[in-house]
Amino acid sequence: MKTLQELEEIRKRTLDRVNQRKDRTTTRIVVGMATCGIAAGARPVLLAIMEEIEKLGLTDVVVAQTGCIGLCKMEPIVEVIKPGEEKVTYVKMDAEKARRIVREHVKDGKVVEEYTMHVIQGKILNDYKVEKE
Amino acid sequence: MAFYRSQVLICGGTGCTSSDSMKILEKFKEEVKKQNIENEIEIVRTGCFGLCELGPVVIVYPEGAFYSRVKVEDVEEIVAEHLVKGRPVTRLLYTETIDEGRIKSLNETGFYKKQERIALRNCGVIDPENIDEYIAFDGYKALAKVLTTMTPEQVIEEVKKSGLRGRGGGGFPTGLKWELTAKSKADQKYVVCNADEGDPGAFMDRSILEGDPHSVLEAMAIAGYAIGANQGYIYVRAEYPIAVQRLKVAIKQAREYGLLGKNIFGTDFSFDIEIRLGAGAFVCGEETALMNSIEGRRGMPNPKPPFPAQSGLWGKPTLINNVETYANIPPIIVRGGEWFASKGTEKSKGTKVFALGGKITNTGLVEVPMGITLREVIYEIGGGIPNGKKFKAVQTGGPSGGCLTAEHLDTPIEYDTLTALGSMMGSGGMIVMDEDTCMVDVARFYLDFTRDESCGKCTPCRIGTKRMLEILDRIVEGKGTLEDLDKLEELGKQIKAASLCGLGQTAPNPVLSTLKHFRDEYVAHVVDKKCPAGVCQALLQYTIIEEKCKGCSLCARQCPVNAISGQVKSPFKIDQDKCIKCGACIDKCPFKAIVKK
Repeated sequence: MKTLQELEEIRKRTLDRVNQRKDRTTTRIVVGMATCGIAAGARPVLLAIMEEIEKLGLTDVVVAQTGCIGLCKMEPIVEVIKPGEEKVTYVKMDAEKARRIVREHVKDGKVVEEYTMHVIQGKILNDYKVEKE
Repeated sequence: MAFYRSQVLICGGTGCTSSDSMKILEKFKEEVKKQNIENEIEIVRTGCFGLCELGPVVIVYPEGAFYSRVKVEDVEEIVAEHLVKGRPVTRLLYTETIDEGRIKSLNETGFYKKQERIALRNCGVIDPENIDEYIAFDGYKALAKVLTTMTPEQVIEEVKKSGLRGRGGGGFPTGLKWELTAKSKADQKYVVCNADEGDPGAFMDRSILEGDPHSVLEAMAIAGYAIGANQGYIYVRAEYPIAVQRLKVAIKQAREYGLLGKNIFGTDFSFDIEIRLGAGAFVCGEETALMNSIEGRRGMPNPKPPFPAQSGLWGKPTLINNVETYANIPPIIVRGGEWFASKGTEKSKGTKVFALGGKITNTGLVEVPMGITLREVIYEIGGGIPNGKKFKAVQTGGPSGGCLTAEHLDTPIEYDTLTALGSMMGSGGMIVMDEDTCMVDVARFYLDFTRDESCGKCTPCRIGTKRMLEILDRIVEGKGTLEDLDKLEELGKQIKAASLCGLGQTAPNPVLSTLKHFRDEYVAHVVDKKCPAGVCQALLQYTIIEEKCKGCSLCARQCPVNAISGQVKSPFKIDQDKCIKCGACIDKCPFKAIVKK
């Protein structure tokens, strides 16, 4: 026989799984999965992101894919869109970097500057490093 | 891995299942496996989404991409493009959801925008065979609240406050019914769910049972607590195999979780539910006939009183409500009666599910607030009449209801306004008719149905409907007289007044309401011997337009009874005495020289 607490546990547990079917203000993680992205290794990145979400028990996160955004040489590209914040684009991802993004940005809200795409004077610099003062 | 990045929802309602949605589901599983992404994608079979016209329907989340009329052959492409590469297959998307290259949410489309889904809240959203998903969307929360924090009187008070009225047709205030049954003193009481949905064209109850069976179980348990019953029965027709199957699964799961059975949530309250199958007799939707059928007797009605609230199943006080009525109960308990009462109109609260059918673009199930106009339902949600035809009438309330015409389009939909216009809410079937529909033929169709379904217990219904049908048969054959129209009216009124149960009391309605609103069509049949809509075969004439006929003799060679004759290269003629009006000539004529009038 189920108690009220057990019912609430089932509710929470299942909601994590089904919540993408309802309108919610969720964080979206978008992975570029066109041919270029997949060739550059987007699949392991995607899997790593999902594993990390599962491991950290994050809710209200949606992992979506997108097609080619035109920056094929920067693939794999991962974008993180938090409600009310500007979109952050991460480039040249791999599984380890992706895990870090989930941990630090998605979970703790701290953008991982060193992986983001930087545009300086109209040029995209992919190996740009943030100089820490 | 329990986190799925994408979910594919495939409609498993009766409509989509009959167009092979289960094969599509298998194919999705196969393709996902082939692409090696089966751990990332969850494939879920749900209940009806409501837009049956576009079935089989597949929705892919998180995008909410709405694929319509999907074929098994399309699945490979959807998986390879959308699920692997994230590129929705635009070609298969429901056109209304594509907006300048951006996929709109389904809720923004005309079909869903004006809808407000309370009874259908979970249909097409959850997997009906998974109790956990029902619980995730606040399922069994109402039962928990009722059992642990409310007295039976408070439950009844909440239902009364909501203003909910019976959704099966009668529109009796639900709270009052609960109160009457609660007040009856007896050692044993019963809760019954009337799932004997019989109106031609109505399928909301089936959809709820198929898409959200637990909501009905939960509501019945709540009702049991409120009136003091420990046993429930669901009377469902055997022609609904998917609904019956899902109910069985749901009851089993609820028992395993202890949400049905002894001492629910550790309280003194025990409640269990059994299914009783009906053989599909229309009269068994009448509550006393239904209870006779559950008891194993012939499904025939008894005179009322006594009402089921005093003496129902096996002579015990019985609460009997319809599926849709029950489906509204859990949200009313969780969110409060006032929340529900804030929707709809003064005398008709909340929302109502309608089954749109007939000559309408978006055939399907819609749930709208009471008080919405027919025009909004038919044109904005239903997408209007297809093929540029003109709206003629809408039939509401099934065989017990009547027809409403273009002048009623701006009438708000409520129990009382519809009754005042000679129709009724009924269970919520809405059959739209265009200019090509013959109203006499429609009335005849419904009367043929009720005559066939009359149980025969009382004379007015058994013989009266038969006599009315004979008169209508005469009229559509061109043998009617003006006197017949008066006879129909007189007979109709007597049947309504003298019949034992709701079947007979409402059976003449389709005839009486069409006589009222479309009398000129009846007159055309009996005086001019013409069917203005060109439907009644006996009143049609096939003729050849001389100017158009080239004398090719194709029609004459096609005619099975040699009714067409003439000289090659000069106009042919049809012998009306020989013509059997089969229409074979009209299909064959290359010059469109043959017309039927």
